[in-house]
Amino acid sequence: MFRNQYDTDVTTWSPTGRLFQVEYAMEAVKQGSAAIGLRSRSHVVLASVNKAQSELSSHQRKIFKVDDHIGVAIAGLTADGRVLSRYMRSESINHSFTYESPLPVGRLVVRLADKAQQVCTQRSWKRPYGVGLLVGGLDESGAHLYYNCPSGNYFEYQAFAIGSRSQAAKTYLERRFESFNESSREDLIKDAILAIRETLQGETLKSSLCTVSVLGVDEPFHFLDQESIQKVIDTFEKVPEEEEDGGEAEAEAAAAPTEQGGAGDQDVAPMEM
Amino acid sequence: MTFTIPIDNGDALKNAETDSQRTLYPYVTGTSIVAIKYKDGVLMASDMGGSYGSTLRYKNIERVKAIGKHSLLGASGEISDFQEILRYLDELVLNDNMWDDGNSLGPKEVHNYLTRVMYNRRNKFNPLWNTLVLGGVKNGQSYLGMVSMIGVSFEDNHVATGFGNHLARPILRDEWHADLSFEDGVKLLEKCMRVLLYRDRSAINKLQIAKITEEGVTVSQPYSLKTFWEFQAFHNPTAGAQGSW
Repeated sequence: MFRNQYDTDVTTWSPTGRLFQVEYAMEAVKQGSAAIGLRSRSHVVLASVNKAQSELSSHQRKIFKVDDHIGVAIAGLTADGRVLSRYMRSESINHSFTYESPLPVGRLVVRLADKAQQVCTQRSWKRPYGVGLLVGGLDESGAHLYYNCPSGNYFEYQAFAIGSRSQAAKTYLERRFESFNESSREDLIKDAILAIRETLQGETLKSSLCTVSVLGVDEPFHFLDQESIQKVIDTFEKVPEEEEDGGEAEAEAAAAPTEQGGAGDQDVAPMEM
Repeated sequence: MTFTIPIDNGDALKNAETDSQRTLYPYVTGTSIVAIKYKDGVLMASDMGGSYGSTLRYKNIERVKAIGKHSLLGASGEISDFQEILRYLDELVLNDNMWDDGNSLGPKEVHNYLTRVMYNRRNKFNPLWNTLVLGGVKNGQSYLGMVSMIGVSFEDNHVATGFGNHLARPILRDEWHADLSFEDGVKLLEKCMRVLLYRDRSAINKLQIAKITEEGVTVSQPYSLKTFWEFQAFHNPTAGAQGSW
């Protein structure tokens, strides 16, 4: 999209019925490094690529615990993401305090979409949050994965990927998602790491490059340590050619034309990760 | 039994107004509630009396009500405060239903919500003058808890309020056991209610027993207990009393 006279204000409609500022905010999500979520009937796995500003710095945290039963992975303006995570933590803990019971994920996601995000698309003195959130959680109706958009929209997914080069991961997930519901916890984690690998575009997958978190029935939200991740990587890195060969070629082809942000990481604005 | 705090900012007129807004004493009160867990859920018994001081003024007050799909609330103490609580819970259940998302408030959530409400009111020196009993069943789990007017709250296999604590709980401690059948549960509750009827002057012989199971709530029609007054000790009760004392 190109600059036009209707994109200065978030409260200005274009003649074709678009809010350009909101759409630009969604572009910001595509600039961030990839985040992936998948769910089965009983578990949700969130994974992200560790991106560091330079070799000297540590990588930015993109996955946050909201509560024992809810986690969130972000892509886009990390600062915005932190603020929204704090909002979600606050909502969750207030509910727990009043009702001694975990907040249903679906309700948290709606509150986030309505209060935090949609409001910012309707006030001229605000701007939309430039971050996409993958919210994964468990409640009495099962395991859920939601994607919250800067526009205030939210969707439920079996699996999803956001951020730069996420198309490669999405292609991988699209091929496999039908089996996810019945997946075991281990298979789900393996699929998440494989999906992350798709976004790395040929870079060797190392456990230091990714962060993986799990939550499930009888398993509160927690991060997997480097060792466990490396173990999973070792199980398939040994046979990269056989099974993933077709996948690699596909991924290369799919990734090339699409993600504009992915082209030069040096072009990524400092505040985005 | 006053709850006045001395407020000295010289504005006697304004103080009078704010003082009269706080609950100082109860006026129309209900007496004990007795409740037990049984095999399929929870049973709760209460009489239908509302006393105005020492007068048994109202004889058709339902002190046990269904809350949402999964809970039963019984209250003793100030009836108007109970009605206020029902309004709060109405709003709570309404908002819960409006989400329309497959999640629903269970008895544990309602109990904790009520604990928060009661404790907050107590902190403002404006209590809701009730002791509440909250029972329910959700996903096969039975739940029975109590909240007092100062926000003390706990769960147990059997609870009672007011006089019930002194007269009914000892019976329940001896005779309650897990997996009571419905008939045995009702018999046990009737035994407690009979003792209360004999010994609690604000009890009337018109009671309801409510049950809640996974299927839902049923409140029985009001009925009375058989009583026996032919004990030797009741014959000629003033025999031992000489003179006015």
